[in-house]
Amino acid sequence: MILKGKAWKFGDDINTDEIIPAKYLVTVDAKELGASCMDGITPGFSKKAAAGDIIVAGKNFGCGSSREHAPIAVKGCGISCVIAESFARIFFRNSINIGLPIFECAEAANAIKEGDEVEVDASKGLIRNLTREQVYKAKPMPEFMQELIAAGGLMKWVVNKK
Amino acid sequence: MGYTITEKILLAHTDRKSISPGDLIDCKVDLCLGNDITAPIAISEFEKAGVGKVFDNKKIALVPDHFSPAKDVKSAEQLKVLRDFAKKHKIKYYYEIGCMGIEHALLPEEGLTMPGDLIIGADSHTCTYGAVGAFSTGVGSTDLAAAYVRGRVWFKVPESIKFVYSGKLNKWVGGKDLILYTIGDIGVDGALYRSMEFTGDAIGRLPMDDRFAMCNMAIEAGGKNGIVAPDETTVKYVRETSKRSGKKWKLYKSDKDAVYSQVREYDVSKLEPMVSLPPLPSNAKPVSQVKDVKIDQSVIGSCTNGRITDLRIAAKVLKGRKVHKDVRCIIFPATQAIYLRAMKEGLIETFVKSGCAVSTPTCGPCLGGHMGILAAGERAIATTNRNFVGRMGHLKSEVYLSNPAVAAASAVKGKIAHPEEVI
Repeated sequence: MILKGKAWKFGDDINTDEIIPAKYLVTVDAKELGASCMDGITPGFSKKAAAGDIIVAGKNFGCGSSREHAPIAVKGCGISCVIAESFARIFFRNSINIGLPIFECAEAANAIKEGDEVEVDASKGLIRNLTREQVYKAKPMPEFMQELIAAGGLMKWVVNKK
Repeated sequence: MGYTITEKILLAHTDRKSISPGDLIDCKVDLCLGNDITAPIAISEFEKAGVGKVFDNKKIALVPDHFSPAKDVKSAEQLKVLRDFAKKHKIKYYYEIGCMGIEHALLPEEGLTMPGDLIIGADSHTCTYGAVGAFSTGVGSTDLAAAYVRGRVWFKVPESIKFVYSGKLNKWVGGKDLILYTIGDIGVDGALYRSMEFTGDAIGRLPMDDRFAMCNMAIEAGGKNGIVAPDETTVKYVRETSKRSGKKWKLYKSDKDAVYSQVREYDVSKLEPMVSLPPLPSNAKPVSQVKDVKIDQSVIGSCTNGRITDLRIAAKVLKGRKVHKDVRCIIFPATQAIYLRAMKEGLIETFVKSGCAVSTPTCGPCLGGHMGILAAGERAIATTNRNFVGRMGHLKSEVYLSNPAVAAASAVKGKIAHPEEVI
């Protein structure tokens, strides 16, 4: 799977209240949540981001609450994947469980600048910065998590197993 | 090589003979929790899977505590999703308004979280139950849906960090101050993916309510779980609470040769009450260094500090005093049982006479839900657990975190204050 889009940069410790403020948690609809994605830090983000665009952030992305609405909102707003130096653990689980591709890569998180054109080869974990002609290698996903992703998320895996 | 308490509990819930940090394991769960924000997604995923029955309707808890009593039509719809699911599947531990409390205060009180249990909850503060010597951690809604089907959940075995607290605590200093101090020391990702084990003579002297407050905030350091090995205080507590549930328990403790990725030792005998400045819980400072910070609101409650010990401390500071004319002080007893006890002890009367508003149990303003939202430019001190930008309302409002004594003293002074400035 090849993911391609423009990079939107965020800093360290981006929390779930910034990704999707609690006032929007009265729905489970991905499109509706997507319209308010990143509203707690960049109001109007969903209008600026185009389908396929990529969020690039520092360490501990998605810290705070367990709300799955956060990765759902990111996916719902058309973001193709998130690259960060590190992820908070519940956000990490949730992303894998719902099938939002995420990549841990400090080098990419530092080198990519806002607006850079980025292309990701998801299966190989290769991140190409087309603007700066650089290539970064993301931390490989453990086999079990690849199995979950290949199944199409946790629920599909669970049902297959039953 | 020995095991930590966390490793022992995890191992006991697998089919394996041994585990070590980094292993991906499949564990049986003893209880899985959802609330009115997270369970609707889990329920929809569960129904979509079309598997029919839940794995065990006596191991599922549903607590409608976040936007409840319903704050608007949309939250009423979400609450109804829980109610209908609970009826359809005869979920034993569903708590309707009137019996409901804030989940992480309610479940231990109901005797549903026992030492040695493995508990998951679609709420990040599920780590609270580590206070009774259980392994408990927050997961997402899809994890919860999968657990409804299988009664199992996948985990990566975490490394453990041991925290050793020694020394006698000063007056007005408690579990909340210890955890704010700790997060201030290691940062909001200082324990990322790892287990936080709280030990030392100062922990041994802490009452249960303070241990709950500490484990509750393990997530604010990125921790997978917070845990205190059970001792006499724990056993006395669960002996009482288990009468309600009939649940059994198993006591675990870390081996002497258990392996830790880090050991941090703190002499806490000189620790002052701590205040965490916005916008991160790690911006922790002794209250004496937080000068001339005027407040508009003081919130005393939440899954961190809405227990009876917290209310007693707040009442001690507020008794015979008035809330400052420019401050709204709102108090949230965390459960109905705590509310009733506070009433019997005269605490509610103290609060009302002081000019506080007292609410039915709810998460309310902690996550910017309802019952005390801040306007642009307003500032609150709160005994809650997060002070992120806009957490309690407008993006241009601020939250300072503290213990109940400081929040009560600040309500009286109109600015952030040490309890001794009031008493």
